[in-house]
Amino acid sequence: MLSGSESNTDDQYVRFVNVKKSYDQQTLVVKDFNLNARKGEFVTLLGPSGSGKTTCLMMLAGFEDVTSGSILIDGQPVTNIAPYHRNIGMVFQHYALFPHMTIGENLAYPLKVRKIPADEVKRRVKESLALVELADFSKRYPGQLSGGQKQRVALARSLIFEPSIVLMDEPLGALDKNLREQMQFEIKRLHEDLGFTAIYVTHDQTEALTMSDRIAVFNDGIVEQCAAPETLYEQPANSFVANFIGENNCIPGTVTKVENGKAEIQLADGSMVTTSNPNCPPSGDPCMMTIRPENLFIANGQSLANSIDADFTTRLYVGDSIRYFFKMPCGSELMVKTLNDNQAPVLQHGARTQLTWDVTGGLALDRQA
Amino acid sequence: MPQAELNADQTMNNGADSTRHSSHSGLTPDEKIQSQRMQRRRKFIAFAFVAPLIIFVLIAFVAPIGTMLYRSVYHPTVAQLIPDTLEALSGWDETGSELPDQTILNIFSVELQHLAKERRSGKLAEEINRALPGSSSVIKSSARKLKKLEPELLASEGGAKLLSLKPQWQKVEIWREMKKSGAIFTDGFYLTALDLMRSPEGNIVPRDTQIYIKLYLKSLKIALLITLLTAIISFPLSYYLATAPAKTANTLMVFVLLPFWTSLLVRTTSWIALLQTNGVVNSFLESIHLITEPIEMLYTQFSTVIAMTHILLPFMILPLYSVMKGIDPSYLRAAMSLGAKPIPAFIRIYMPMTIPGLSAGALLVFIISIGYYITPALVGGTEGQMVSNIIAFHMQSSNNWELAAALGSLLLGLILALYWIYDRLVGVSNIKLG
Repeated sequence: MLSGSESNTDDQYVRFVNVKKSYDQQTLVVKDFNLNARKGEFVTLLGPSGSGKTTCLMMLAGFEDVTSGSILIDGQPVTNIAPYHRNIGMVFQHYALFPHMTIGENLAYPLKVRKIPADEVKRRVKESLALVELADFSKRYPGQLSGGQKQRVALARSLIFEPSIVLMDEPLGALDKNLREQMQFEIKRLHEDLGFTAIYVTHDQTEALTMSDRIAVFNDGIVEQCAAPETLYEQPANSFVANFIGENNCIPGTVTKVENGKAEIQLADGSMVTTSNPNCPPSGDPCMMTIRPENLFIANGQSLANSIDADFTTRLYVGDSIRYFFKMPCGSELMVKTLNDNQAPVLQHGARTQLTWDVTGGLALDRQA
Repeated sequence: MPQAELNADQTMNNGADSTRHSSHSGLTPDEKIQSQRMQRRRKFIAFAFVAPLIIFVLIAFVAPIGTMLYRSVYHPTVAQLIPDTLEALSGWDETGSELPDQTILNIFSVELQHLAKERRSGKLAEEINRALPGSSSVIKSSARKLKKLEPELLASEGGAKLLSLKPQWQKVEIWREMKKSGAIFTDGFYLTALDLMRSPEGNIVPRDTQIYIKLYLKSLKIALLITLLTAIISFPLSYYLATAPAKTANTLMVFVLLPFWTSLLVRTTSWIALLQTNGVVNSFLESIHLITEPIEMLYTQFSTVIAMTHILLPFMILPLYSVMKGIDPSYLRAAMSLGAKPIPAFIRIYMPMTIPGLSAGALLVFIISIGYYITPALVGGTEGQMVSNIIAFHMQSSNNWELAAALGSLLLGLILALYWIYDRLVGVSNIKLG
C-alpha cells in the first residue's frame, strides 16, 4: 500500500493551480484554470474551438508561457523548465512526423538525442513498432503511410522515450470516422497497457466520452465542469454542459418550488413539471428544462410523471433509430429518439401529440443568457 | 494493419467490378466516335491555352539559340569570296612544306583581282588576318597592285607575279590558313573559345595566352560567391519573415520586393555613387578617420559581387520564404518535445525541410548571375568582367559573331552540365519555386 504522502502526489501528479493566460495583457484566453490529474489518469480537455484547451496543453508542454499561476508535475513547478527537459510526450493533430526521415529514424530521434547506445535504440524502435503493429514499416517514409498509420507512428514516437505524461492535441482530428473509432481503441489500449498519464484535447464529445476517465469541459477560458463521462452526461452542472455533451431538448421555464430534493417548474407554455435534480436553481429563478431525446417519449395511451403537448413537424429516418421533431406552442423545438421497431408510431404533419417523461428524465438547469 | 488490408481488398474488388462492368456494356461505334470527338476538342482547347507560350518560346528562344549554335560552327565567308581557289586547293597537301602549284596561284590571283575590283578584298584580308596576324596588309596591297593588270595575263602568270609582290606569299602558312578558313563548317571558334588551336600538323594544342578558360572560371567563382552570399543573407531573413506576424511580414516583404520595382540601371548606378573614389562609402570612412586614402572599390570584382548580390537577393528570398511559410511550426515543437535542444532541432529537423526552397533559390541566382551582363559591365571594370561581357565585346566591337556564338554556346553547355550535376545531387523534383 502507498503511504499517505505518496498517494497525495500520485493523486495530484499533474496540477494546474490558478493558471491564467493572456497573449495581449488584456483579454484572458484561459481564466483561472485548476486541474488535478491522478498518475495514470486519462483526462480530456473538451470544448469548442477557441475555448483555451489547446493553450492549456501548450503551457503544460512548455511551448507557451504561463501568464499567472503555476503548473506542477509530481509536486515540482515546471514553469521555468524548458520544453525539451520536461520529458513530456506529445502527439500533434497533423502528426508532425519528420518527412525527411524514415519511420525508424523518426522513432529513433528522441532516443538519439538522449545519447542512448545504438543497439538499444534499434531494439526499442523494433519493440515500439511492434507495439503499434507496424513492424515492417521501419524503412518507409511518412509520405508513404496512410493517415491512420502515421498517427500510430506519431503515438509510438511520443511513447518511445517512456515519458510519464503524454499530451495529445486533437490527434484524431484529421482522420475519417471509421479510422477514428479504431484509433480510439488503440490509444485506450496503449494507455491501459503502459499506464502513462494522458492529457487529451478534443472538440469531439463522443471521443471524450468513450476514452476518458475524466473530462474537463471548457468554455471561453473557464472549466464549466470537470467530472467522469457518466456524471457529465447524466448530471451536467449547467445548461452549457448539458447542451455540449450529447443532444438535449431545452424548454425555458421558471422554478416555482424546491422541496425534498424535488423541484416544480412552470414551463413557458404554462404547464407544470417536476424534476429531482440537485443542480436546480433556487425557487423563483428562471431555468432551462433539459430532457435527453432518449428520455422523452411519445405518449401512447399511458403517460409518465410529466407531459406536454407539441405539434409534429417532421421525422428523420436514421436506420437503427427514428428521430421525431416537434414544435411546442411556445416556440421550443423538441426531438424524440425512438428505436426503429414495430412500436415506432406514424404521425401526420402538424398532429398535436402528447410527449411525456419521468421525474428523473429531465433536469432543471440555470438559464444562460 | 487490418484496416489497410481491408482497404486494399476493397479497391481490388472495385477494380474487378469496373472491368466486369465495361465488358458487359461495350461502347457502340457511334458512342466511340462521339467520345473521341469530345477528347479531340478538349485537347484542342488545352493546346490553345499553351499556344501563346509555345509560339513565344519558339520565336524568342529556340530560334535565336538555334541560330547561335549554327553560327558558332558555320562560317561561309571565305568560301564565298574565293570559291575557285578553294576548289583547286582541295588537292593540295597543307601539312607539307610545298607551296601550292603555279596553276592554283594563277587562279587565286584572278580571284583576288576580281575581289579588288568589287572592293571586297578587305573582307578576305580581315578573315585571314584573324588566323594569321599580319596577313591583312599583304592581301590588301597585293590586291591593289593586281587590280591594274590584265586578267588574261594573270590567268597565265598571276602566280609568279603574286610571289614577287610580297615575300609572305612564298611562305606556306598563308596558303594553309586560306585553305583552313575556306571550310564552311569549322570547330575553330570553339577551339579559340577554349583557348586551344590547331597546330600546323592539325593537332589540337593549347594557345600561349589563356583568356577564355580563365574568364569562365572567374565567372563560375563569382556566380558561386554570389549564390553563397544571397543564401547566407536570405536564410535568417526568410525565417524571420515566415514566422513573423502577418502584418510585419507584409511590410518587410515590400522592402524585399522594392528592388523589383526599381530600374536595374538605377540600382546599379546607385552602387557607382556609393563605391566610387569620392563616393558615399569612402567619404564616410574618411570623415570618421578610419582611412586616410580612399579605397578603390568601384571597377573591381568586389563591386561586381556586392552589386549583384543586392540585385539577386529577392530571387533567393522568395522561394525560401514560400517554402518556410509552408513548414508547420509543430515540427520544431515535436522535436523539442522529443528532447532536442532548439539549435540541434533547427539544424536536424527544420533545415532539411527548407532544401526545396534553398535549392530553387540557389539555382535561380546561380544561373542568372553566371550570364549577367549589365552590372559587371557598369561596375566591374576589367577585373570584374564576366563571360557575358566578352561575348558582348565580340558582338559589338571586334565584330566576331562566330566566336561570340561559340562562347555563348559553351556557357549554355556549362549551365546545362551544372544543372545535370545538380539534378544528380539534389534532384530537380525537389525544387519549389513558390
